[in-house]
Parts: sequence; structure tokens; C-alpha cells
Amino acid sequence: MTNTIKIVALGVITLCAMFAANFARDLSYQTHAIIVMLVAGGLFLVNVRRIGEPKIATATGYMDDVVRFGVVATTFWGVVGFLAGTYIAFQLAFPALNIEWAEGYTNFGRLRPLHTSAVIFAFGGNALIATSFYIVQRTSAVRLWGGNLAWFVFWGYQLFIVLAATGYLLGGTQSKEYAEPEWYVDLWLTVVWVAYLAVFLGTVIKRKEKHIYVANWFFLAFIVTVALLHVVNNLTIPVSIFGSKSVVIWPGVADAMVQWWYGHNAVGFFLTAGFLGMMYYFVPKQAERPVFSYKLSIIHFWALIFLYIWAGPHHLHYTALPDWASTLGMVFSIVLWMPSWGGMINGLMTLSGAWDKLRTDPIIRMMVISIGFYGMSTFEGPMMSIRAVNSLSHYTDWTIGHVHSGALGWNGMITFAALYFLTPKLWNKAGLYSSKLVNWHFWLATIGIILYAAAMWVTGIMEGLMWREVDANGFLVNSFADTVSAKFPMYVVRGTGGIMYLTGALIMAYNLWMTVKAAPAKAEAPIAVPAE
Amino acid sequence: MNDDKFEKDFETTGHSWDGIEEYNKPLPRWWVWVFYLTIIWAIGYSIAYPAWPMLQRATPGLLAFSTRAEVAAEIAAVDEANAAINAQLVATELTEISANVELNTYAANAGRAVFLTWCAQCHGSGAAGAKGYPNLLDDDWLWGGDIQAVHESVSYGIRNEQSDMARWSEMPAFGEILEATEIDQVVNYVMSLSGDPKDASLVDAGAVVFADNCSACHADDATGDRFQGAPNLKDAIWLFGGDFDTLKATVTDSRFGVMPAWEGRLSQAEIRAVSAYVHQLGGGE
Repeated sequence: MTNTIKIVALGVITLCAMFAANFARDLSYQTHAIIVMLVAGGLFLVNVRRIGEPKIATATGYMDDVVRFGVVATTFWGVVGFLAGTYIAFQLAFPALNIEWAEGYTNFGRLRPLHTSAVIFAFGGNALIATSFYIVQRTSAVRLWGGNLAWFVFWGYQLFIVLAATGYLLGGTQSKEYAEPEWYVDLWLTVVWVAYLAVFLGTVIKRKEKHIYVANWFFLAFIVTVALLHVVNNLTIPVSIFGSKSVVIWPGVADAMVQWWYGHNAVGFFLTAGFLGMMYYFVPKQAERPVFSYKLSIIHFWALIFLYIWAGPHHLHYTALPDWASTLGMVFSIVLWMPSWGGMINGLMTLSGAWDKLRTDPIIRMMVISIGFYGMSTFEGPMMSIRAVNSLSHYTDWTIGHVHSGALGWNGMITFAALYFLTPKLWNKAGLYSSKLVNWHFWLATIGIILYAAAMWVTGIMEGLMWREVDANGFLVNSFADTVSAKFPMYVVRGTGGIMYLTGALIMAYNLWMTVKAAPAKAEAPIAVPAE
Repeated sequence: MNDDKFEKDFETTGHSWDGIEEYNKPLPRWWVWVFYLTIIWAIGYSIAYPAWPMLQRATPGLLAFSTRAEVAAEIAAVDEANAAINAQLVATELTEISANVELNTYAANAGRAVFLTWCAQCHGSGAAGAKGYPNLLDDDWLWGGDIQAVHESVSYGIRNEQSDMARWSEMPAFGEILEATEIDQVVNYVMSLSGDPKDASLVDAGAVVFADNCSACHADDATGDRFQGAPNLKDAIWLFGGDFDTLKATVTDSRFGVMPAWEGRLSQAEIRAVSAYVHQLGGGE
């Protein structure tokens, strides 16, 4: 019966997509309609062919296939995102890389959102979905709730990524930073995200452990808040049902405020809370040490959740935003400093008693660098939110450097560590193919981040100072173009850092591939059955 | 291991998730105190500065701080400091500015800042221009290069719809008037005036086409006419390019360079300052 409904639904979707492709008013929408038509049509055919086949008995044990796919997708999108980032870094240094014949598709303006979405949502998002599925099963000692719903979440999310990425290249964007996808892509993501929430929450509810492990608090906060942020920020009215353009319902400065409430909490809940969930599982696992303090985890969790949501206005200092809102954004950002550091303390202190492993275990080393960068950028953030500092740093490359020390250092490194941890476990191998390559990856990535961040501090502060430089009569000394040409050497350094980081990721991809392919299998049988 | 002793002092919470246990160690004191300090600071700051939204308006804060008022005060201070010399700049004849060293230095500095803010986007921050945007460093002027002419161009602009006083002229698109062969001929003639033509055999025929169609504006000897903004074609200085293809495109489709009027957007002192600056860049007459 459900199968019939599924087949009918897929057929209807395919037909609707055909109509949409036919009546499409712009290229982005048309391409998307064709993609949806092909996907739904393909699934329709597969399901029709399967009619009458005997039903496969429901599998037991942990649902790890979807996590395995997640590991592959994370690695793949990571490399894509880093490649796009490195390319656009060089586009800024050498504008000729905005190739003339591909103008309108691969120029900086089109590729930049492709890069940010690829690393945050494709790489980071897949990492979060995969690790949260792995962790919630282990720490709840049950199989994922919802049967194949987890597969829907995984593939639905990949479809979202493809629609978003192709949309950017073809000009389908609503021009809201980190929320560029247009209305129908947003609707689809909402459906996928609710399914994700259902799978995660369902698993937590049917857990066999008495208490919910701290990692799962963070994952749950991340999933719930991102759903809220996504929906409110993307409330738009489509211009036409057959076009990608839509008009946001928030007017003027309210739109800016909602956008940065979203934007800052994409950082706060997607890139901080979610990744803290990863940290709270993989660090104690890899170090084989108990978590430092339950008390600290509970206090910093609630403080972080309560405070982060108010910090958005610090993105709009010295704009049309009223001063009172800007003050509150700044004040909450400063108070947020210690709650953020609570996670750093809990992560680092968990390693006490295992510090000797730093010498021998490059994965632990990655975790430590990652937590270090987390601490650094959660100090830098509150500092940059101070109005006086922000008047220098705002609109400069300092902001870009800040984001990247968080993204490359904290999110990237903890994800790499998680991938190195997961791959041998998921494919039942005795260990990684090569520990030496992990070491190479570690150093390439670390030096790459340092080159990147240092270059952006220098250009950011330099351009901030150049912009505000006035002569004795109060006249500006530099033109905007002067600041751009002054930044050139640092742009090359930044690009070089990007190449190193990308090379590290490619080495990781090779290492993980060889682990799956060539590493010796683990001696005993896999423990894929829920404990207890 | 030293840590064994350390560990004995603390019990875990007793739960275990997939082998992970948790200590219940106390919060680090420094962490707690810094957290308290930031909260106390936050309360103090939000009393001192505009912060809490009320029914009608937000609390203004004890310091009566306002980013807008701050900027307005800074601008007012600069305006006030420069008021006297700005008045002098407006009162002085344009041609007399350079004679007064103090005034001239001020005008050149102020003009440079105005130029970098408003003019550099098209003319380049070094004023060397770009394709379609005149180089202001050379002594070739479309509409005149003495300070009065520069001042007029800046004030009213070129071929814009904003100002009734804008300088205006329009070259016809000869693609609709001449045969393709005639265009080839005249382009070769124009090229021959300042260099080598692409095809020397067409030059003589081109001279006839030029005399019939172009000389009315560009003058019989092709030295142009500043009254109409018709460029001198003999000086080997090209606004859009002097190669065959570019010239052919220019003749066929014509060009229509636009410059906005700055009167109304900039103060009279600023317009005079930037005129003086441009006039003194090297090409002023």
C-alpha cells in the first residue's frame, strides 16, 4: 500500500517537474525542474520494477550504511569546497582567472556562494548528519528510528546541495549570505530537515541508555535551531510559481536584522553547537578518557544556547540598525565568550592524562589544534563585536580571516579527525592505511590555516587603517583601489595557504580510500549490534 | 602515572555511553569569575549606552551615546575647521586659485580626496583613464583643458540627463549612412593621419569620404572641435582605441560616453577643488 502511494507520488512529481520545466521563466528554474524530473522519474522507474519483489526483512543492528555514505559525501564535498575556495582566492589576486568566455557563470560573484555553501552546508552539513547518526546510535544503544527515513535525509540533503550549487552558477539566488538558495530549494530543505529532526529525536526517545549523552544535546539544539532560523529567514513570496525569483517579506533594516540573526546563528548552531556534539564524542573516544566535567558541560551548554541567539546584531554595527540593537548584540557577544570557552576547556581537559598521545597519534593532534582554533576564534569573535574594534574590522579581510580560522581550524580539523576515526570502524578495518599520511595532512592543513589567517589579519587591519586615514584637513588619503592593490601580496599568501589546505584534504581522501580498499580487516567480528 | 592520584579524587557520574564516562569535576574558578565579570560588565554597559527596548523607545543610556550623532559631530568639526578656507575658495576666481599658495595647496589636497572618492571609479585613481574614460594627465582635451572648461565639465557633466547645462554632442552612427566600403576607406584615412593605415590604397578615397561626412565636426584638417567635443584625430591619442577594428566600430556604431553632473551632489568648494586638482595634474592649459 505505501509502495503504491510512493509510486503515484513520484509519478505526479515527475509530471509536475515536466510542466515546470516547460513553463520555466528562467534558466536556473528550468535546470532545477529538469533535475527534479530526472530524479523523481528515475526513482519512479526503480520502484515500478521492484513491484512484486519479496520484501527484505527489516535489518537489525546499527544503521551504518547511511553513515558510510555520509563519510564519502563529506570527503567529496570537502574537496570540492576547498577547490572552489582556493580558486576564488586566486581570482581575487589575479582577476584574469575570471575567465572571459565563462563570464556570468564562473566569475567570483557566482563562485563565492558556491564555495561558502559547499564547505558549510555540503562538507559541514554532511559531516554533521553522518556523525550525528553514528553517535546517536552508539550513545543511545539503539538503531536509528524511522527505517529508511535516514536514507531520505541523506539523499534529500544531497539533492538540496546540487540544487543550491547549480542555482548559484545559473544566477538563482536570493542574495542573502549563507541563505542564497531560492524559495523552492528552501522548501525542499525544510522537508528534509524536519525528517532529520524526526530521525534524530525518534532515536533519542527510544534510547536504551537512561540519560541523554551531552553530544546529543548539542546535536538536538543544532537541528531544532537551524530549522527555526532557516524558516524565518527564508519567508519569501515567489514572483511566479514557475520562476526562481522571490521577494522576502521582511522590509529594509528588519530584513538585515533577520538575515544576521540567521547568519550569526548559522555559525552558532550549525558550526559551533553541532560540531561541539562531534567533539564531545570523538575526543573522549580517541583519547580513551572520561569527559572532564559533566557540570561544566551542562552549564556551558545552556549558557551557549541562551546567549548565541542574541548576538546577531554585531554584524550590523554602524548601519541603519538602531544603536540599542547594536549594543545588545555586542553585549551578548561578550558574555558569550566564557560559555564558548567552556567547550574548549571540556575538550582540552578531557585529554589530561592522555597528553603523551599527542606524540604518537596525529588524530589527537588534529583534535587539539581544532579545539585550539575554536578557542582562538571564539575569543576573536567577541573582540570583533566590540563597536570600537568593529569600526576598524568591519567590511575588511579581517572578518574573512576570522571566519576561516574558525572554519578551517575548528570545523575542518575536527571533521578530519572524525573521518579518520570513523573510516576504519565503519569498514571494519584494523586501522588507517597510513598514519604517516595523516601526519602530512595535519602539517599541511595547520600551516595552510596559519598562512591564511595571518595574511587576512595583515590585509584586514591594513585596509581598515587605509580606509580611515585622513589628512590634516579631514580629507581621505586613499582611494578604494589603492587598498585593493596594496593587498595583492597577501592575497597570494592566502591562496598559497588554500593550496596547502586543499592538498592536505586530497591526501586524506587518498588515505581514506586506501583504508577502505587495502587496509587489513579487523580480526574479530564487527560490533554492529546495539550494546546491552 | 601521576594522574592516578588525581583521578582518585574524582568520581565519574556513573553513566557510560558507548564506553564514554564523565567526571564531575568542579567548574574552573577562573572560568566562573570571568563569566561573572562579563555579565557585570554587560549590565553596566547596557546602562551606560542605548540598550533595552521599551514600549515607546529604547533606553537612551547614561552617556547619551549615538553613532549617528558621533558621525555628525565629526563631519561638523571638519566642516567648521575648513569653513573659512572653503568660503575663500568659492570667492576666488578659478584662474586666481593657483596664485595663492595656501589656498592652492588646500584645493589640491581637497580635490585629490574628492577625485579618489568620486572620480577614480572611471578615470582611475591615478587619473590615467581607461578605455572610454579620458586620461586626465595628458594635454589632450575633448572639451577644453583650462580650469574654467574643466570646472564646467565637472559641474554639469557630459551627455547626461541630470543637468540641462550638460555638454552635449552626438556622433551619428555612420553604419546607417555610409556603405561598408566607404567606412573602410575613411577608417584607413583616419589611421593615416597619425600612423600607418591598414590598407594604404584606400586612404585617398577615404579623404573624400572624410571631407564629405566628418569634417563638419572634426574640422577639415581633422584637428577636432572642442566646442562640440569632437576629438582631434591627428594626435595619436585614442579614447576607445586607434586600431582598425576599434575605429571601424566607432564609425559604424558611434560612441556615447557619459559623465554625471556633480553640481548638487558635491559642494561648490569641492567642485572647485577637484577642478583645480585635475587642472594641475599635468595637462592643464
